[in-house]
Amino acid sequence: MGVNKDNVKIHVSHLKKNFGRLEVLKDVTTDIYEGEVVVVLGPSGSGKSTFLRCLNRLEDITAGEVIVDGHDLTDKRTDLNKVRENVGMVFQHFNLFNNLNVMGNMTLAPTELKKATKPEAREKAMRLLDRVGLLDKAEAFPAQLSGGQKQRVAIARALAMDPDIMLFDEPTSALDPEMVGEVLQVMKQLAAEGMTMVVVTHEIGFAREVATRVIFMEGGYIVEEGTPDEVINHPKQPRTIDFLSKVL
Amino acid sequence: MFRILSVYGGLLLRAMGQTLLLALCGLFFACILGLIFGLLSVLKNRVCNIISTIFVDVIRGVPMIVLAYMIYFGIPQFVNGFMPAGTKFTLTALQAGTIALALNCGAYMAEIIRAGIQSVDPGQMEAARSLGLPYWRAMARVVLPQAIRTMIPSIINQFIITLKDTSILSVIGFPELVNTAKNVVANTMSSFQVWAIVGVMYLIVITLLSRLAKQLERRLNRGRE
Repeated sequence: MGVNKDNVKIHVSHLKKNFGRLEVLKDVTTDIYEGEVVVVLGPSGSGKSTFLRCLNRLEDITAGEVIVDGHDLTDKRTDLNKVRENVGMVFQHFNLFNNLNVMGNMTLAPTELKKATKPEAREKAMRLLDRVGLLDKAEAFPAQLSGGQKQRVAIARALAMDPDIMLFDEPTSALDPEMVGEVLQVMKQLAAEGMTMVVVTHEIGFAREVATRVIFMEGGYIVEEGTPDEVINHPKQPRTIDFLSKVL
Repeated sequence: MFRILSVYGGLLLRAMGQTLLLALCGLFFACILGLIFGLLSVLKNRVCNIISTIFVDVIRGVPMIVLAYMIYFGIPQFVNGFMPAGTKFTLTALQAGTIALALNCGAYMAEIIRAGIQSVDPGQMEAARSLGLPYWRAMARVVLPQAIRTMIPSIINQFIITLKDTSILSVIGFPELVNTAKNVVANTMSSFQVWAIVGVMYLIVITLLSRLAKQLERRLNRGRE
């Protein structure tokens, strides 16, 4: 499985995002192809999380274009809910539904949105839980899980909708160090299966090992992008060199 | 004391029944109003927010006794000015009392519901939306169930306040407990005994209700942290 350059999954052109008078994204243009694992690096405040959140329009877009699977997210007639069904998202703080157990978390959206009957959804949830190694936690509530377990459930919950694209917003940043590995492991497996992924992270090792492309952002722009070897081992832009010298 | 109880006990108990009836009617509509205005205040829509703020501020800024007089006497008189001759618009004391209670309690409920919804981490809504759930379904299945658990103590408190506030509606002649007790005092001239009995009656009912509510709260929290 590799990158399919004939199929643009996400097209972003001249994306701008302001929060009030603060310009967070100034001008971002890129295409993300099927099967790509794009890792977005950058200092905090560089706009990388905002960029990710524009890809499923959790943030309103100030100007520019974001087209996901052919659906223009800035078009008022686009059914955002339909687009989001195909774009899974994993959050820094997990955001598991605290009022539901693991099974409830995983079956809520598929059953509410008539993607599956209750038994189908349950069966699928069990398969996914098996995959992330949490088969025994189906009846547990989020409060009873460790951070790493919560994040694995969150990934499985997103996968339960059968998305084409997965967005990861600093998925390991809120975890204790010993739990980072188990989450990255699940993500690596997903990448190996050919999932199109956009990952905002500080895990340089993950970027090096798994990314097909690395984007370095700063100040609301993409400063540099290329293969992990190009961007991480041989950065050309002074700002990238500066950032990497601090984190490596 | 015992003479009063044996003669007027049944009457006072029936009056307590009327108090509870009025409180229940008021609370029922207050919950509906509270939910509507509470939700209006959390929507990302300026007009809805303003409507809710006006409602809450106006009702909270007017004493319920004024509200009750307005609804029972003022509004029918005003409306009748526009009615054709021969027809007459009136409200019974129960209707007017229910409206006054519902408006008053509804404003406070709206604030409780707003605060409850806002206490839920916005990430819960975002996660639900990211899965493709529409706003209202995310609200109903994810946010509100969590908000309700934090709201329950305040809601119980508000219910108790509203139950006690029914006594204010004695002024529009509704035969609830305080109004009835006044008549009993007038007949017996035993102010101390009658008001003591009435006080104890309120105390018993409210204590029972808060016990019941505590039990309900415990049951809702069972199995979850």
